[in-house]
Amino acid sequence: MPTAFPLPSDLSPATVTNTASLLRIVALSLISGAAIASRLFAVINFESIIHEFDPWFNYRATRVLASKGFYEFWNWFDPTAWYPLGRVVGGTVYPGLMATSGVIYNFLHALNLPVDIRNICVMLAPGFSALTAWATYMFTKELKDESAGLLAAAFIGIVPGYISRSVAGSYDNEAIAIFLLMFTFFCWIKALKLGSALFGTLAAVFYFYMVAAWGGYVFITNMIPLHGLVLILMGRFSSRLYVAYSSWYAIGTLSSMQVPFVGFQPVSTSEHMAALGVFGLLQIVAFTQLVRSHVSSKQFQDLLFLALVTVGLLGFVGVVGLTYKGVIAPWTGRFYSLWDTGYAKKHIPIIASVSEHQPTAWPSFFMDLQFLIFLFPAGVVLCFHQLRDEHVFVIIYAAMASYFAGVMVRLMLTLTPVVCVASAVAFSSLLDTYLDAAEPAEAADDASETASASGSNSGSKKAKKATASAATPGSALGDIVAAATPAKKGEKVKGIFGLDTRLAIIVNAFGMLAFFVFHCTWATANAYSSPSVVLASTNPDGSQHIIDDFREAYYWLRQNTPETAVVMSWWDYGYQIAGMADRPTLVDNNTWNNTHIATVGKAMSSSEEVAYPILRKHDVDYVLVIFGGLLGYSGDDINKFLWMVRIAQGVWPEEIQEPNYFTPQGEYRVDDKASTAMKNSLMYKMSYYRFAELFGGGQATDRVRQQQVPKIGPTLDYLDEAYTTENWIVRIYEVRKEDLLGRDLKSANAFAKGKKRKRSKPVSRRRAIVN
Amino acid sequence: MPPKSAPAANAAPSSAVQTLWKAYNDSTSDRLKFIDAFLVFLMLSGIVQFAYCVLVTTFPYNAFLSGFGSTVGQFVLTASLRSQVNPENKNEFKDVSPERAFADFALGSIVLHFFVFNFLG
Repeated sequence: MPTAFPLPSDLSPATVTNTASLLRIVALSLISGAAIASRLFAVINFESIIHEFDPWFNYRATRVLASKGFYEFWNWFDPTAWYPLGRVVGGTVYPGLMATSGVIYNFLHALNLPVDIRNICVMLAPGFSALTAWATYMFTKELKDESAGLLAAAFIGIVPGYISRSVAGSYDNEAIAIFLLMFTFFCWIKALKLGSALFGTLAAVFYFYMVAAWGGYVFITNMIPLHGLVLILMGRFSSRLYVAYSSWYAIGTLSSMQVPFVGFQPVSTSEHMAALGVFGLLQIVAFTQLVRSHVSSKQFQDLLFLALVTVGLLGFVGVVGLTYKGVIAPWTGRFYSLWDTGYAKKHIPIIASVSEHQPTAWPSFFMDLQFLIFLFPAGVVLCFHQLRDEHVFVIIYAAMASYFAGVMVRLMLTLTPVVCVASAVAFSSLLDTYLDAAEPAEAADDASETASASGSNSGSKKAKKATASAATPGSALGDIVAAATPAKKGEKVKGIFGLDTRLAIIVNAFGMLAFFVFHCTWATANAYSSPSVVLASTNPDGSQHIIDDFREAYYWLRQNTPETAVVMSWWDYGYQIAGMADRPTLVDNNTWNNTHIATVGKAMSSSEEVAYPILRKHDVDYVLVIFGGLLGYSGDDINKFLWMVRIAQGVWPEEIQEPNYFTPQGEYRVDDKASTAMKNSLMYKMSYYRFAELFGGGQATDRVRQQQVPKIGPTLDYLDEAYTTENWIVRIYEVRKEDLLGRDLKSANAFAKGKKRKRSKPVSRRRAIVN
Repeated sequence: MPPKSAPAANAAPSSAVQTLWKAYNDSTSDRLKFIDAFLVFLMLSGIVQFAYCVLVTTFPYNAFLSGFGSTVGQFVLTASLRSQVNPENKNEFKDVSPERAFADFALGSIVLHFFVFNFLG
């Protein structure tokens, strides 16, 4: 048998197996190491700090859990959030993340390892990314073989699409949810393959963990039934499907209702009805199969079929009827926005206002997945070649997740695992084909070609590692390659000849891998590792300059205000204020009460006179705004201002109108030409108060909007500037109390400045005398 | 499960049902019949609970859900066990021996009833 390169022939099969499994373990641990290490850029470049917005709440809740115990956390009512309403935290939170950290914390302390809770929170996401790599390995192994599994693990370990949500310090639900997603899917595939209730139960338990950890569990709730339904429609119903699905659904649904935030939703909302419907359908189909196995009469089978269709129709009509009657809640707005991308903007501006809910721009697919994005379709096509039950699953998953990732930026996260899996299948098929040392037999005729190829495989080291199924995709790819090149004669032997052809492909493939690693490292280091609480800029000499205005302001609040001082800000900063400044806030990132947010939006977007009563009624002591005009920080409140206007307009359409904040030409300006409503709004005044003074008489320029700000800036009568940070990013204003003499604050202010109380009045009187 | 076929077939000639019943009696082992008896009991229990929920009250809704979920869950787990130990399905469940099937059944039931108990009140 000719080979392209010499192979060692004196190895026993046992040695090969042992070496292969040792190599697999070493490779998996190296992948875990790489996955954890590449997420540490954030800690090395900055510090061990909690990132962004939501993680601050999770961190705060975890601290409560760690210090006061689980029951205290479960019953925690937080009076400082959503002042004056408060928030029942235990019932409005997915507790999986905090519980996980709490368990780790208590475990380490039981071992006398006094690790700080903050470090556990910071390092949780990198730690779980290693587990995700392992779960993806297991999943892909079921699909193809171990080598594809290792590739998939390596891909998911460093792919930016997943790193973007799981760097050290990104202490959010997604940190553990992707591991749970992949592991639930692995258990499901395994249960389906074996027909094992054990794996069905395991899938249900991990599904429960997922429900407790992330709202995205609905994805699993609909993926698995969809898979089951497609299998039934393909005529692939089997008792294994019945066992796997029934055990998963029965236990999973009951367990998901244990999470207080989910409650009775699994039996009362439309999102969960698909799972229930497929469950019912499976029972009927299974029963039919059973009866059919006992009776073979044609007449009876027809009757049975009729009964089946009737029951199915009745069930469907029943669900629709119950939905209309209101027993089953219809789809929520968040769900509609998945089908109609314009829906949220029209009806629920608060969802549309979040940047991660916007449709995905196409470059971000490449940014997040790099070369995987064009291997992905190849992998899906290879799944069609085998089309076992688990390949159907991957195909459905790929189709669904691709759609959702196109609709919403944050759902890129659910696409990433299947991209890694499919790409790994494609890439490892390529390697299987081109690393195989066996040369095609010269005189083989077409009929025996494939047989001899797979037969000769057994001699090579590669094929010993691979299972029997591995030979199929290799030859499938070979068929595609052969079909692409026009065959001159029917008896032409297909296959890869010589070392040079192999080298050309393999070197290219490894080149792509190298570029992928390079890109991932670059994207992680530069794009995804910023804590966004601490900003970094580069000095002219190349050194790093840290901009720490947020913490400066929050610590100022913490140290200079009474503990009960209520701080109003736009909801984005609610969690951070609660976490770092430890002060009550009006609204925060748990946007559950639209009216309350609209109230804040109204206060920000109306004039001082209108806003003041709102502030006083809500006991607001300090107002905090983010202003990036001095530094060029584009994520500031003036850029978010239109959303405040829109949300306020949704509740008070007659008082706040969005067009008033544009110039007559329809431009959004902050300079001289800004509209009156804009110039009078509290937000504008607070942002640009005394801004022009900073330029010492020169032309004041807003560096975000690149506009010249008027030299005479706005004046404030109802607020006092309390604190402005070093780079002016955070500005804090104190709300004045009512005037002691009962005047309105505007005239009191005018009096204090030495202006006459009402200049026009004496003039007219004098005029009256003259006349 | 067989009694369920009675309403489905009431429009058909009763001979079809009789054939079914006879075929079932003849071709099913005692072990499977025992499982079937349990299934029938579970189904009756579920129907009673559901009727109570619809006719009387849903008031402790979580108690109803856990009770009903317990019967439904136990039903499907038992039905799974039945199909796994059924000799006719031997080639479908290559990796699941009857002993393994019973162990899976026991574990699944324990997990199920842990959640049932937790949700009950």
